[in-house]
Amino acid sequence: MSLVVAEAITKDYRTGDITIRAIGGISFAIDTASFVSFIGPSGSGKTTLLNLIGCLDAPTSGRLTVAGTDVGTLDRRQGAAFRGTNIGFIFQDFNLLPVLTAYENIEYPLIMVQKVPPEERRRRVTALLTTVGMADQANKRPDQLSGGQKQRVAIARALVTDPKIVLADEPTANLDSHTAHTVIELMKKIRDERRTTFIFSTHDQKLVGEVEVLFTLEDGLLKGRSSGEDKP
Amino acid sequence: MMDLYKIALRNLLRYKRRTLLTASLITIGVVFVLVFMAVSGSFKAMMIGQITDAMLGHIQIHKKGYVASIDNLPLNLNLKAPAITRIEEALRQQKDIEAYSPRLKFGGLFSNFNESTNIRLNGVYPDREFKTVPLLTARIASGKKTLGKGEIFIPSLLAKGMKVKVGDPVVIVATNKDGSVNGKPFVVAGILESVTGPGGRDGYIHIEDAAEVLRMPELEISEVAIRLKDFDRLQSTFQELEKRLAMEFEKDGKFPLEIHTWEGLTPFFNIARMLDIMTFFIKLMLVALVLISVLNVMIMAVYERIREIGTMAAIGTPPGKILALFMLEGFSLGVLGTLIGCGVGMLLIFILNLAHITFNFGQQQGLLLEASIRPGALLSICGIVIIVSVLASLQPAFKASRMEPITALRHV
Repeated sequence: MSLVVAEAITKDYRTGDITIRAIGGISFAIDTASFVSFIGPSGSGKTTLLNLIGCLDAPTSGRLTVAGTDVGTLDRRQGAAFRGTNIGFIFQDFNLLPVLTAYENIEYPLIMVQKVPPEERRRRVTALLTTVGMADQANKRPDQLSGGQKQRVAIARALVTDPKIVLADEPTANLDSHTAHTVIELMKKIRDERRTTFIFSTHDQKLVGEVEVLFTLEDGLLKGRSSGEDKP
Repeated sequence: MMDLYKIALRNLLRYKRRTLLTASLITIGVVFVLVFMAVSGSFKAMMIGQITDAMLGHIQIHKKGYVASIDNLPLNLNLKAPAITRIEEALRQQKDIEAYSPRLKFGGLFSNFNESTNIRLNGVYPDREFKTVPLLTARIASGKKTLGKGEIFIPSLLAKGMKVKVGDPVVIVATNKDGSVNGKPFVVAGILESVTGPGGRDGYIHIEDAAEVLRMPELEISEVAIRLKDFDRLQSTFQELEKRLAMEFEKDGKFPLEIHTWEGLTPFFNIARMLDIMTFFIKLMLVALVLISVLNVMIMAVYERIREIGTMAAIGTPPGKILALFMLEGFSLGVLGTLIGCGVGMLLIFILNLAHITFNFGQQQGLLLEASIRPGALLSICGIVIIVSVLASLQPAFKASRMEPITALRHV
């Protein structure tokens, strides 16, 4: 059974009297433990689609099922709880909380969202810090870390709740090519170890080259799906 | 909760200068209110103390209608012997009464044998009167501190105007209830300073002398002045006493007595009320100051951290926790300003007391300012500031908690 199933979903935005269709009725399915990316030019609907899968927004019409839940039916509170349990986010600008250390940023979802006991928190955070190679930087605040280090912390934060899906919007956009490569390798390794599904939106050809399934979007419509050797 | 509080504190420390500025504003407000309350409270307590302890007593009982005509000192509205006995019995049963003093008041003519003037006289049992209004003896500017039969205390202005000294013989002439005039010689035993400033015309004689001047076959009294053990329990004692007297005297729904606290007997109560009203408005200013400063800083905090709020919401932080985070920041600001304000305020009050500032009230010179603030009042100020801080942060916190994560994350 697919982890994400979209059935003819649309997304409209209203600006005054004008309605803009960002997603124009697309259907697709993403399996568990996939390494998937949506590509397309700016304004093609990549980020909108990621927001819909991430329950940050609801489709205007159609049905979107994530981990067996019709996310269009969730209210604000249920949406927050669903995201906290099932979805991890990696942002282009890392979006770490500036007043927390690397350790505390990773620990944050376990305290605020999942109420995990302290011992278990320590175990999980320490393990992830080691996995992302940031164990020696645990007590540094975001302003004391480089871009690559911040993204590693962001990856660890996204994974600490053991989500089914990690959504990453342009995760390598603010990284140099060497760091971007390291981060991609890290995410692949985690996918292999934890069977976490990674879904990206990107322009970055390095990342495009690494993903296994590629959805091409154009003007809010799905123009193609390629996988393995079919990829451009 | 502790983790949320830790984040809230770190957020405040993140903008140190702004936090300090806001906390300083709250501090200044708290200090100002505390010092004002301490000084005005000291003045009010002193004023009430002077009036009640030197003249009025805390509570007075009269025959119904007496207070309305008190300026005429009507003899036909005196309390008769059986009523006096029943009132005294009721007063003895009231445990929180320290002392009481029956008074027979009348207007008379004061003569030094060369000239005469009018005088208001209080016939009292000296020992009971001194216990009921203990500062009366402090008002005796010259002469002895006791009052025997055939002796009179006269007000200083009258003594000066009539050129009478301690030890001089004088005559009191009064018209009794039946309209007949009687006179009695007295010796000036003491000269009294007035409590409320120039114009005092109250003299004191022994109550038996008063009855003799008024040719009363049986002693009548105009009022009973009462002193309580605990002035802070004035209202509750007053209500208890009123109930007790009503049980004793009320007949066919009519109550033949009237009972008043000092508040209903002197215009100085209005000054005390004005001080209370001023204190209320000062507190209101403090509330406005705290409200505006905390609201301003919290609105700024929410606006500056929109993306951060978006991140927290996207990760799955429940809206309630985002609300609590910002409210804790407002709460912490309030607590910080209050604690510093209380510390500085108490220090200033201590310094004011060290300075031994004196002032005059009526004829009383050099009264020492004893600024102090009751723990209850201090706690209420702390409570007000903290509650207002939390309330001020409610709107921005609510706004933060209601933010759509997608909109917040897009914010530049």
